[in-house]
Amino acid sequence: MTTQNDTWTIAGREFTSRLMVGTGKYASFQQTAEALEASGAEIITVAVRRVNLDRSKESLLDYIDPGKYTLLPNTAGCYTADDAVRTCRLAREAGMSDFVKLEVLGDEKTLFPDNEELLKAARILVKEGFTVLPYTSDDVIMCRKLEDIGCAAVMPLGAPIGSGLGIRNPYNIRIILESVRIPVIVDAGVGSASDAAIAMELGCAGVLMNTAIAGAQDPIAMARAMRLAVEAGRLSYKAGRIPRKLYANASSPLDGMIA
Amino acid sequence: MRITLNGEAIDIDEGSTVAGLLEHLKLQRERVAVEVNLDIVPKTAYDGHGLSDGDRIEIVHFVGGG
Repeated sequence: MTTQNDTWTIAGREFTSRLMVGTGKYASFQQTAEALEASGAEIITVAVRRVNLDRSKESLLDYIDPGKYTLLPNTAGCYTADDAVRTCRLAREAGMSDFVKLEVLGDEKTLFPDNEELLKAARILVKEGFTVLPYTSDDVIMCRKLEDIGCAAVMPLGAPIGSGLGIRNPYNIRIILESVRIPVIVDAGVGSASDAAIAMELGCAGVLMNTAIAGAQDPIAMARAMRLAVEAGRLSYKAGRIPRKLYANASSPLDGMIA
Repeated sequence: MRITLNGEAIDIDEGSTVAGLLEHLKLQRERVAVEVNLDIVPKTAYDGHGLSDGDRIEIVHFVGGG
């Protein structure tokens, strides 16, 4: 098996890369563009914000070809369903695409989702024809509800946004994977390449990250590391790992020993 | 006449349209979304959408985010 023919789909759109990356927190737009290139990502998240009325400033899209990437606008910073829905409608008009990463936050310190508001927003957006990818807790019941509503994927957190704590509850992620048919994407919490590999080895369809790459000492190198980790984790999952055993099992034959 | 653009009060000429405002701000219409008094103005309507005194306008675009 190669990763070349191991594609996946969201709402009927086919993708090869299973690494989705954010475009925030980089030192420069140039660095953003180089990190995206090194990551091999096809889907990149962006935020929706007021234009700067001081026109001298450059724009992210001066550096990123929207024809090359699928832009996934987020609703970061929204704390109510109403604000999130309003942001998604603006995003659709700005980007001419129905894809949205829906997040409705509940608390500034943890950035944990407000799942009640999230469900409310998701219902409205699905009805309005959006392809909704919701950031949610690693909660199987929530993920099932989001699937029932008609979300195109579920994106449970591995750990708090930007924390780099990794996949704190791999067992929950496993149960979610067994409980829904839509793609499961770990969003938030990844700190290093091994974290990304763990998410993929669990069987996730993909991983979404921003800070782990943008905040690394060498973001371009980390973007490449994440690309390789996601590919390695996916291959490892597909290859089927050996069962864990408490005791040793010799790798070399016992026959033909000299004594 | 006076409008509120992205939270800031600014004076614009009578008879201004959304398209005219974007041109004045040197913004590419393909890259923005415009809301007037909480209603989104479709890109196809920018030329014909006249602005009125007291309008509250939001112009947004994509920035780096996670």
